[in-house]
Parts: sequence; structure tokens; C-alpha cells
Amino acid sequence: MRVALFVPCYVDQFYPQVAVATLELLEKLGVEVHVPSNQTCCGQPMANAGFASSTEGCDTNFFKNFEGFDYIVGPTGSCILHLKEHHPSEKIRSSVYEICEFLVDVLKVKSLSANFPHKIGLHQSCHGQRGLRLSSMTELNEAPFSKLAQLLDLVKGVEYVYPERADECCGFGGTFCVTEEAVSVRMGQDRVESHLKNEIEFIVGGDTSCLMHMEGILKRQGSKVQVKHIVEILNHA
Amino acid sequence: MLNHAEASEKFIEDAERTTWHDETLWFVRSKRDKVSKLLPEWEALREQASLIKDHTLANLGQYLIEFESNAQKNGIKVHWAKDAQEHNEIVHSIISKHGGKALVKSKSMLTEECHLNEFLTKKGVEVVDTDLGERIVQFRNEVPSHIVLPAIHLKKEDVGETFHEFLGTPKGNKDPQFLTEAARQHLRGYFLGANVAITGVNFAVAETGEFVVCTNEGNADMGAHLAKVHIACMGIEKMIPKRKDLGVFLRLLARSATGQLITTYSSHFAKPRKGQEMHIILVDNGRTRQLARDEFRNSLKCIRCAACFNTCPVYRRSGGHSYHQPVAGPIGSILAPNFDKSANVDLPFASTLCGSCSNVCPVKINIHEQLWFWRQDLMKDGLAPLGKSLSMKGMAFMFSNPTIFKMAGYMGRLVMRFAPFIVNNSFNPWFKQREMPEAPKESFQSWYKNRK
Repeated sequence: MRVALFVPCYVDQFYPQVAVATLELLEKLGVEVHVPSNQTCCGQPMANAGFASSTEGCDTNFFKNFEGFDYIVGPTGSCILHLKEHHPSEKIRSSVYEICEFLVDVLKVKSLSANFPHKIGLHQSCHGQRGLRLSSMTELNEAPFSKLAQLLDLVKGVEYVYPERADECCGFGGTFCVTEEAVSVRMGQDRVESHLKNEIEFIVGGDTSCLMHMEGILKRQGSKVQVKHIVEILNHA
Repeated sequence: MLNHAEASEKFIEDAERTTWHDETLWFVRSKRDKVSKLLPEWEALREQASLIKDHTLANLGQYLIEFESNAQKNGIKVHWAKDAQEHNEIVHSIISKHGGKALVKSKSMLTEECHLNEFLTKKGVEVVDTDLGERIVQFRNEVPSHIVLPAIHLKKEDVGETFHEFLGTPKGNKDPQFLTEAARQHLRGYFLGANVAITGVNFAVAETGEFVVCTNEGNADMGAHLAKVHIACMGIEKMIPKRKDLGVFLRLLARSATGQLITTYSSHFAKPRKGQEMHIILVDNGRTRQLARDEFRNSLKCIRCAACFNTCPVYRRSGGHSYHQPVAGPIGSILAPNFDKSANVDLPFASTLCGSCSNVCPVKINIHEQLWFWRQDLMKDGLAPLGKSLSMKGMAFMFSNPTIFKMAGYMGRLVMRFAPFIVNNSFNPWFKQREMPEAPKESFQSWYKNRK
């Protein structure tokens, strides 16, 4: 099983700890992980802004870095969804996995040695939840499930709670966060507020971009509450 | 005219009202959740509705002709209008023949789309909207901000003031029951005096030549039953093949719209009563153009329930008027570019693509995917501001070249760590109300290189 770690551009630059945790966690689980060194971006920032026609170079670069692997695993639902839906290569589309999806569906992880004795608010990111179907959604009449919660259940000490309106969008939305700044921030403030009502210590999710947005709002408010990617919890000794 | 982002910013300035608007519409979404979960067959119903609509759209021409012929057999006069102008002229010619100076109209989004009120007013005809919410916005010279709840942007205090001004209710009275009664008495005179009543159409049944109008207030029925002439205006996409298909749609419509099991009135109009004239106008107005577009065809499946409005986190926090179109919200954002691309270039971007809309849609329109397709279409047509195309080209170039990406990332982090004022300023929309992420000393890739 040849597994490559996909580290989205902004995670590489601003949240290296998320990529480190993903890498270490996979290694702990006995996976030999390759990290292609010339990877950049999945192409989503351009495509969602209406410039999918300009992502050819980006797509080619991605293909060159990842074509030789059976599984391409990354710690952000949104980038993975973009690749799954829009990358021109069928090979790439069918081998990309979001980390929780990979742990649950491919590795079928049944136990973890993680310990995180804190109360956390679980943020279900839209692209992970509705796009990749990592968990059930309140819009549909379906039985509840969550791959994120399934993994958190394997962590000692952690208590996770959902905010009111469990799957409302945080308002990040890619370039939306600056082109529709007012709505984006208001959505983020509302999301953060409903998490804070639960008296949590961390907001935890599977998409670093949502977390970056909510972190920016928490910090501006002077809040002590921090954000963490779910892999940082799953990898926490 | 303000674009969506500008209008939203203004809307959100009143933080308290934004909270109220958001919570009011979320309440409607929650009611929809509750009743939809009481039906074990809910998802099967959605699938069935979607398939019926797909089938109908694929055979639309045939069903329209079948409908026309059956409606004519029933004694209904059928008109065809290729666009809004033709539709408005047909309505006017019917009114002229009957010498009416005032007409009553129940809620019809099609007539909003065609700007019928404006057209008729210019011709000296008084149009009175009889739906309570529509009447309120009509008094205020506004347009509906929601296709099911047209005055949802207003609080009872606002309505009290409007009625004080136009109906002479006591100043400061904001009692909903009192105000509704005032509107009833005011409208009663128009109902009794009007020669012509206009209604919309929710479903037209090809098999029987009848049409169905769904309302909660009974105003459509009151108008149609009292007037000598009934004109029903419908977009050609309202067609369904058979009467038995109605069961699927009527069960979905009210549950999706307001969380009711069914609308208070689901009135079937099959033929004119004795001495009455009944007209139906079948309007294209861009629908066949949309039908020919593979990516956007199934937007025509819409049954106008507004579930996508109520669930949309952007709509709830920006209000319907920020969409500057008769049909706002997510569905409006995929319909509007079909009418005018450059005037509506902002709308497909008024979304985080969270996908909630597509999953509440009772006819399974892939709304969020169509928003994405419209973005591509509009940018391909060169409708992006220059700055945006340049920055996108720059990004595309950077991400195609790993060395340049690494260099840019390194420089960027350096700036943020040692000269944060370069990004932390009012020219950066991110920073206005959010802190920038902390820039780490090294990227993951450089950490990984040193790890080995």
C-alpha cells in the first residue's frame, strides 16, 4: 500500500503542526508515508472563484507529485472534496482520502493510544460532512452517523459536544471570506458563539480553513478558547 | 445598485435585526425538519418528485401541447408569451376588453419576474396585491424579500407604521390580529369591486388541463371566485403530467416551505364557472434557454417552496433585498444569471457552497453545484473585475511552480512575523474583524526535510 501525504498549501505554510500530527498518526498506525516534496495546492481557490479554467498547471503539478500512489491522504475535507470532484485525472479522483475517512474506511482503526482530557466542541465542516459524507446531516431524513465522532470515541478523556444547529456553515467559504467579508464574519461570530455556550476549551474539526476563520474571530474577541484539528487530538499522547 | 456583498454589509450593520431575521427563518427551517422527519418515505418522495420533474422537462413540449388542448376543451382560453413584455401585453389586452380600472392579484412570483405591476400602473390600471405580505411590501414600494414570506424582512412594528400611514390604523398599534383585520377590511372592497383577478399557478396538469393554486390565506380563491375574469399566469416549467403526480408535490411543498402538512388551500381550477372567463398565460421568458443548458436545466424543477432560502446561512444574514432580484436566495442565484449575466454576476458568489440548499430541496436541484458552474460560466465570459483575474492568474502561476510557491510562502511568513503591519491593516478584508493566523518559523515541508 503506497500512501502519500497531501499537505494543502496553507497548512504547509501556516499550520505545519496539523501536517506533522497527520504524518505521526499514520506512522503510529504502521503506515509508511511518503511526502512528495514539490506539491503545492489542490486548485480549489481558483476553481471556486470561477477560474477552474486556470488550474491546469496546478492540476498537472499535483498529478506529477501523486500519480504513483494507491492512497493520497490529506487533513482537509474541502481540498479533498475539490480533488475528488474536479481533478482531471480519474486515478487522482479515486485515490484521494480525507484523513478521518482513511482511518475509518481504509485502515478500519479500532483503537488509538490517544489521550485528551478536555471538553471540545465538534465542528462538522460542510465539505467534509455534506460533500464527503463524513457524517450525517440534519437536512436529510437519515440515521445519524459521524466518522469524526467514531474516532473521538477511541480517545481517552475527551468529551465532545455539538453546538446548537449542529451543521451550520462557519462562513469561511474560500474567497467568500474576503469578497463577502461582512456575511462571512457574522456567520463565524454566530458559530463561535454557539460553541462557546457549551463552555468548551477547544473547537475541533476536520477542516483547517474553517478553524483558521474561527480562530481569527476567537483571537479578535480575546477568547482563551483555541482551535485544533481533529488529528491533533487523535495523535495526542 | 449595490451588489450582494455591499447590500449585505448594510443589512448586517443592524446586528440585532440580523439576529432576529436569522432566528425567524431558522425557526421555519426547524419546523420543516420536524415534519419531514415524521415521514419515513421523505427521501423517496424527494426522489420521486425529482424524477417526475426530470421526465416532464425532457418532454416539456409534448406536455404543454397536451395541457393546452385539454384546457381549451374545458373552456379555458390559452395564451403563449415568449417573454415578459408579451405576457404583460396579453394581460393588459384582456383587462382593456373588460374595461377594468382595478384588479386584484394573489401572489405570483412570475408577475414579479415580469414586473407586471409597474407595467399596468403605467397604463393606468391599479393592481392590488391581496396576499397580506405582498400588500405590505406593495404599500412600502418594495419588492418581496422572500418568495413564500414576502414581508419577512419586516417586524410587526414596521407593519404597524406602514398601516398607520396607508390604512389609518392608530399610530403605535402593532397587534398582528388587529392589523390583519384592518387589511381584511381594506381588501374586501377591492375583492367585491374587481372585474379581473390574477393568480399564479403552482401546478398545471397536462392530463386534465386543470391548474392548482396553493395558498394559506384564501385570497386567490376569493379573487377568482368573485371576479368575472380570472387570469392565471404561469411559467412553462410548472407542468406535471398527471393528476396523481400532485400527491407527491402537495405533500412536499408545504412541508418544505413552512413545516405545514399541506397548504390551507390547494385549489383546482379546471373550467370557468357560468358567465366567467378564464385565461391562462404560458410564459417562456428565458426558460427554454435554461432548458437547453445541460448544467442548469434542472433549476427548472423548482416548485418555489423557499426551503433553500430558510436553510441558507448567507440568506438568513443578508436579507432577500441584497439579492436585487424578484427571486432571492440560493435558487434565485442560479436563476438570475439566465436573465442577465452581467447584472447578476455577484449572485453565484453569494454562497459558501456549504451544500445545505441542495439537501433540503424537495425536488433535488443541485443548487450549490450550479452556483459553482455559474461561477465558471460568468468568469469565462470575462465578467470578473480586472484585479480578480490578475490575482487568479498569479495564484495559478504560483501553484504551478513549486519553487516559486515555497519562496512566496517563505517571504509571506517572514513579512507576517517581522512586519505584521504590512498585512494587519484596513486594506486587508480578513483583518478587519479577524486576526491573521500566526506565521510559524518554518513550513511543514522544510520541517520534514530536516527531520530525515
